Order: sequence, then C-alpha cells, then structure tokens
Amino acid sequence: MPTLPDDLRLLEAESIAILREVAAAFTRPVMLYSIGKDSGVLLHLARKAFHPSPIPFPLLHVDTGWKFREMIAFRDETVRRLGLRLLVHRNEDGVARGIDPIRSGSALHTRVMKTEALRQALDRHGFDAAIGGARRDEEKSRAKERVFSVRSAAHSWDPRDQRPEPWRLWNTRLAPGESVRVFPLSNWTEMDVWRYVAAERLPVVPLYFAAERPMVRRSGALIMVDDGRLPLNPGEVPEIMRVRFRTLGCYPLSGAIPSDAATVEDILAEMRASRTSERQGRLIDGDEPASMERKKREGYF
Amino acid sequence: MTTPLNSTLNSSVTSAAALVAEPAAGRGLLRFLTCGSVDDGKSTLIGRLLHDAGLVPDDQLEQARRDSRGRVETEGDIDVSLLVDGLEAEREQGITIDVAHRFFATGRRSFIVADTPGHEQYTRNMATAASTASLAVLLADARKGLLTQTRRHAIVCSLMGIRHVVLAVNKMDLAGGDEAVFSAIARDFQSFAEPLGFRSVTAIPLSARRGDNVVHPSGAMPWYAGPTLLAHLETAEVGDERTADGPLRFLVEWVNRPDPDFRGLSGTVLSGSLAPGDAVTVWPSGRPARIARVLTFEGDVARAATGDAVTVTLEDAVDAGRGDLLSHPGDAPEVADQFAAHLLWMAEDPLMPGRSYLLRAGSRWVPATVTTLRHALNVETLEHTAAQTLELNAVGLCNLSTAAPLAFDPYTANRDTGSFILVDRYTNRTVGAGMIQHPLRRAANLHPQELAVSAAERADLKRQRPAVLWFTGLSGAGKSTVANRVERLLHALGHHTMMLDGDNVRLGLNRDLGFTDADRVENVRRVGEVAKLMTDAGLIVLCAFIAPFRAEREAVRALLPEGAFLEVFVDTPLEECVRRDPKGLYAKARSGALKNFTGVDSPYEPPIAPELRLDTAAEDADALARRVVEELRRRGIAGA
Repeated sequence: MPTLPDDLRLLEAESIAILREVAAAFTRPVMLYSIGKDSGVLLHLARKAFHPSPIPFPLLHVDTGWKFREMIAFRDETVRRLGLRLLVHRNEDGVARGIDPIRSGSALHTRVMKTEALRQALDRHGFDAAIGGARRDEEKSRAKERVFSVRSAAHSWDPRDQRPEPWRLWNTRLAPGESVRVFPLSNWTEMDVWRYVAAERLPVVPLYFAAERPMVRRSGALIMVDDGRLPLNPGEVPEIMRVRFRTLGCYPLSGAIPSDAATVEDILAEMRASRTSERQGRLIDGDEPASMERKKREGYF
Repeated sequence: MTTPLNSTLNSSVTSAAALVAEPAAGRGLLRFLTCGSVDDGKSTLIGRLLHDAGLVPDDQLEQARRDSRGRVETEGDIDVSLLVDGLEAEREQGITIDVAHRFFATGRRSFIVADTPGHEQYTRNMATAASTASLAVLLADARKGLLTQTRRHAIVCSLMGIRHVVLAVNKMDLAGGDEAVFSAIARDFQSFAEPLGFRSVTAIPLSARRGDNVVHPSGAMPWYAGPTLLAHLETAEVGDERTADGPLRFLVEWVNRPDPDFRGLSGTVLSGSLAPGDAVTVWPSGRPARIARVLTFEGDVARAATGDAVTVTLEDAVDAGRGDLLSHPGDAPEVADQFAAHLLWMAEDPLMPGRSYLLRAGSRWVPATVTTLRHALNVETLEHTAAQTLELNAVGLCNLSTAAPLAFDPYTANRDTGSFILVDRYTNRTVGAGMIQHPLRRAANLHPQELAVSAAERADLKRQRPAVLWFTGLSGAGKSTVANRVERLLHALGHHTMMLDGDNVRLGLNRDLGFTDADRVENVRRVGEVAKLMTDAGLIVLCAFIAPFRAEREAVRALLPEGAFLEVFVDTPLEECVRRDPKGLYAKARSGALKNFTGVDSPYEPPIAPELRLDTAAEDADALARRVVEELRRRGIAGA
C-alpha cells in the first residue's frame, strides 16, 4: 500500500471531509466527471470517502460530442471497471442548431454545449449540489472561488457576493431553486494532482503521455487531428509529432505540447522545469479578457 | 483507444514513492495571509514575491505585460499586482474585493497565501483567510504609518488565533528609505500589539513596487541587516497548526451504512489519535463506547492520527450520528448550551441580541441566540465599549444560548472544535464567525425544576386547550380591537383567557425598552416567555403586538408545543392605517417627531403563512372576531 507524504495526506483528508459533507447535507448531489486527471482524482477520493459504501451519488458527463476518442473510451472503461452510475448529457438543441467548435467558434460552442448543457442536465435531474474538480491554482477567477459556491435558480454566480467561509464550517443552507457547486480540490495544485496520481497509481487517459500523434498548427497551438471532422485548410498536411496534453477538453480546442514525457515520473520532472502554465493550451480561456469569470457567471463550472 | 489501459497503469508505477515526495515541502506547508489597509500594496507584494522568485509562468507574465500597458511608466514593465487581482471589478477599480488563494513552492518550503482585501467593507473576507492561516503579513505604508485598518486587521488576526506576524513596512522608496521612519512605525506597532499575544513580530522595510527586500536584499537600505520577506517566510517557525498530541477529537461527518449489518461513523480526527479497543465517549450525549475497527479504503488500520479521514465502528450499538464528537473518557470537551464567545459580525444587517439564528459548529446545526452583548471591542484602542448591536465588521464578546447542548473546546485550545458560524434563518447568509471562550457556569448549574402539577393537568381542570393567539399587523390595523372582541366571545363561552397588549406591557414589564430594532426584538422575546408561562397555567392567551420581524414571531412559535401558536395577520394596507391613525402616531412619525415607527421609517415583515388572515377592508371587527373563534373551535381549542 503506498504511503502518502504528509502534505498529500492532509489534502486528501480535507477533500474527503468535503465530499462527505455534500452527501450528508444535500438531497440530490451529483459529481461532474470530465474524464481528465482532476476528475480521476476526485472519483478516487469519492470512493475513499464513502468506503465501504458505494459512492452515494451519480456521475455526470456533459458531452459536447467533440471529446478525444481516447477520452470516451477511457470513460466507458472506468465506468465498467468500477461499476459506476454515469449519466451522459448532450445539448441536443445545440446539436440540432449545428453548433460545433470549429465553425461556431470556441466561445459560442462552449456556451451552448458546455454551459447551457450543464444547466439543462442539472435542471432536468433537480440536482441541488454539483461537485466539480476545479482548483484555485488554475486561473485567476477560480482563485477567488469558494469551496461551497452558491448559484441562483438561474445558475448564475455573483463573485462580489460570496458567503464567507471561515474555518471548515460550510454554510450549506439553500433557498428553493438555489444550488451549490462544490470544489473539493480547491487547495490542490497541478503538481499535487500528478504526485497523487503517481502515489495512488491512478490510471489516466493516455493522451497525457507523450506519443506520436497527427498534428496541425493553428493560431500558435498544436491541434490533434483526432477524426475526420477537423477540416484541413488548403495545403495543410497533418504532421506526426511527439506531443502530450496537459489539459483535456474538446479536441479542436485543446493545444498539445511537444514532449517526451511518457510516464508520470517524466511528467513530474517536466513540470518542475516548465516555464508555462497548465492552461496555456486552452483556447477557450483566451476568448476575451476575464473570459473564465464571465463563463462562470453564466453557469460554467 | 491507441494505448491499452494496462500500459498507462504500468507507466505510473515506476518508483512511485521516490517521486511523490516533493522536495519543496521539506519544511512543510505554510499557510499565510497578507492584510492591511487599502492601497498599502498587498497585491503588488504578492505579485512581486512570485515574480522575483521566478514562479510566474511565461504565458501569465506575457499576459500581465500586455495588461500593464498604460498602467506603468516604462513600456514593457509589468504592474505585478495584475498577477493576482483576477475579478473584472477588481481590475476596473484597482482594488482587491475577495480573497485570492495562491500556491507556490520554493526550494525550501511550499506556501498557500491568501491575498486579502483591504477595504473595511470586505473585512469578513480577510477574517475568513485568517481563520486557517498560521502567519500574517501585515502591510503598512511607510508614509502613513499605522492606520485604523492596520489595527483592525491585527486584532482580527489575533482573535483568529494567528501567533506570528510580519510587519511589512512598504513603499520605503517613497519615504526616502529612511531608517527613522521605519523604526518609528515598528515601535508604534510593538506597543499597540502588546496585548494581542503574538509570539513573534518581525518588521521588514521593503518596496513591493521596486522589489527591495522582498526576494532580493536591497542596497537602498544599507542600515537594514535582517532577512528578506521570502527568506523569513521560508524559515519562520510557526509550530504545528494541528494539535497532533492534543486530546482526541473525532468529528462524525457522515453515517456509513452500506447494509443493515454495518454501521460506521465516517469523520476526521481533528486532534489526537484513536485505535481499535480504545474506550471513548460520544458527545454531547456523554454515552460510553469502545472503538471496534478503524477502516480506510486500503483496509483496516491500527491507528488513525490527527488529520486522518477514516471510518470507525463501535463495539456496542451506541446511538451516535452526524455532528457528534468522540473523545477519550479522561479528556472530555466542554458540554453546554450557554457559553461566551468573541463574535465577528459579517453582515449588513446588524446583530440582534434575542433573535434566533442558526449556529453551525463542527457538523452540527442548532438554533442559537445571543442573550447578552457584553461589550464591543474598539478596534483602534482595544477598549471595551457598551453596545446594543454589532454592525458589519464589528467584534464583540457575547453570551450565546443554543437550543441543544454543544460539545466544544475553547478556541485557543482547538480552532476546529472552538469555532462556529451564525447563519440568518431567512436569507441563509453567513452573518457571524464565533470563537468560543468558555462555557457559562449557569449552563451547568441551572436545571429545569420538575413541577408537581403539569401544564396538561392545569389545562384539563379548565376544560380547554391552552394556546397563544398572536395578532400581528401595522399600527392602527385593528389588532387590539379584534383581539378584545375575541376575548369577550371566549369569555362568554366560559374560557379562561388573558390579553397581553403592546402598550400595557410597555408600561410595566418592558418599561425599560425603547423602539430600536434591538429593543423591539427583546420586547417580543419577553412577551413570548410570559405568554408561554400563561399557557402553562392553562390559559388561552391573546397577544396584540406589531412584532415587525418574522424571526421573532417564529421564535415565539418555537417556544410552544406544535399547534399551540396561531399567527393571526390583521392585514390592513398602510394607507388605510394612516387614514385611521387612531392614536395620531402616523402624523407624528411623518412630521419626524416620532422615530423608528413601523411602516414609516422602520420595516414590517408580513407573515408568509399565517394560520389566519383577517381582511379588515372586507369585514367589520365583530365578523372578524367570530371568524377567529370559529377557527379556534375547528382546531379544538375553544369549546364545542
């Protein structure tokens, strides 16, 4: 059995306590599962928190239809292996309107297929608490996010009117129609997540590891040609490159980095030497100034 | 899938133990906060710290360089505060509104820093950050010295249990790098902070804008021989935040019942440790028990230590659940339903002594009331001042009373078991943060006296069901008029009644109370207690009081058995009450001769679901009184 270093052990315990609080304080909780490394850690923590009981809430994947094929395969394999309850929701209205990340642009695609889709799914099932894997070290507006973050009946977030959260005394009281977003990994960093993945030997989507992949260069980012839906510009020929991904999302919007890191050990070594941030490959963050904050106000996770 | 799952699994197994040990965490984690008055340069300081220590990723640096255009003197320079202030409104206004948490690690230590707002209106956010920090960097502007807000933050840090402070005297470049300026501020702070009980105060002269003494020692202040801010943070001894060798405190967060044969208590060891076979006591009930197993996902363990999240089972079927606290028998927590605590008020609506709030301590929620506001703390002088309420960001020492006993420790002994929050029952806002000092003796020494004749026996003798009829509505609505007629009808039916009227009570029992919001709350509380005693005597009690706040009417309802409190809303529009103005009070209020008058310059909160609503525009007083009696008959309160 791996023994965790003290700092990870305390982060783990803090997150487990938060997950138990959600199970005890809310009627219909759900855990967002987006297949990435943070979701994987969150899922593992939930299994630990409730053992020997099964996880007392379902998982929800908001599928835009544009995830990497390896992500979907990994998701289905994980659900099968662990016997999980998984709900998959897609905004069919968005599909019917022909929204996609390439022709509609990243901003519209994200709003319709992620933010709106999430709101639809939460409303349809009447979830009053949605657990997500966001961390405060990811982005400036996330750095200001509460652990238990209240959303109005319209799912909107008011960053100027957040409940103070002294100690670990969560205020879980809600008015009818309100819900909370809960972030058990608030105090984790990208490095903590990878160290934890290593220590607990958690499986992750192979896209995190360096491999030869067919890539094209678009506005400074390396985009993988994951399937035939990515239109190639005139004269554009996919180039086989050795790359990996630091974050995973819709494949036309996720930039890869050239890398030789083929193991978790390599990834940790690469991160220690890195001069760029985790989300630099995320095209959706750069849509406009304060773009994450605006997305969050509208109900994005 | 191009890579089989096994290969990913295998790839992460390589020498796992060696690579997860983070060298940067050698000295452990330091949680600290930066605080101080607005414009003292807190965000600039954090930005500078991260920037000069080489901890800002290139893409974020580039972003900040772009955002800095027009904000800095030299093209290409960086306004380092942009590295931390993240909300749109913050950037627009150039201020920090909410706490930002930053994570960084150097070769010697890893850090979580909370960058907190300086504006007085956001003090609650600063206090939140202080509640989990073990060191505070308190900024002062070299040109301004100690401001009110600097003192306020020092006091909040002290109350929140922070024992190590760095006084960062910033903007030394604008004070000519003058040693005398620095020494004067440092001396000032030392004498002010004397009673605050800090174990260490380290003053450092610096310039966040230029980077002097933040990460690199500065040649601009050759007289200063101490450490840079970063060097100090890397080496500061702050002691262990969690009390590993303290008495066992295990908080039950969730009852784990996978099947009818297994009942586990899932929770966190807040201090001390526990092992199978340990005799324990379950609080607040005080029941003895013994630990059978300590479970984790990886299997049973021989011992759970401070900070561990585990699941325990007990040998006997002892009643224990969420919110309970386990201790070893010799190390019991305090158990009381009355205690003294420091309260930091966090809401725009002031604290109302006597009002019922929801209190959360550990994972337990319980209704609570501030019974006495002993004093407020003057945050400039530390003097105790008399106060009726606490306004936003004020700190006071209070006596609290809870609806059920709590198990706790003094805050100075354990931050986890000695803290609580207060939540408004209607808005659900977190309105107060409390730090328990000690239980009140009276809680231990007052026991309800068992009476020889019960309330039910007294009621039987009168052949009636006692109840409280609470007539609420604006002044002039007709409350007393209708209540008087109801009482006459009940009397005629042979019922024993008593009428409590606002004016009459204020001439006697409550002659010491005025008409401020706090006094109105106390007025209703006392009347509620008197009405309850009268129902114990078997009477049907009629109360005609405006009782403008929902919270207090609900508090009276909570005093009485289910079904014994009837809220009768005498619903007369304000215009109609003003037109009637039977006592000439509206005229006085409108002319300004009468302050705090309900409906004019003081609010009225109408009932949401009253047992009866009387429309005085539709029916006259006699008809309304008959409807009330009819309702009492229907409920079996008044005779057949």
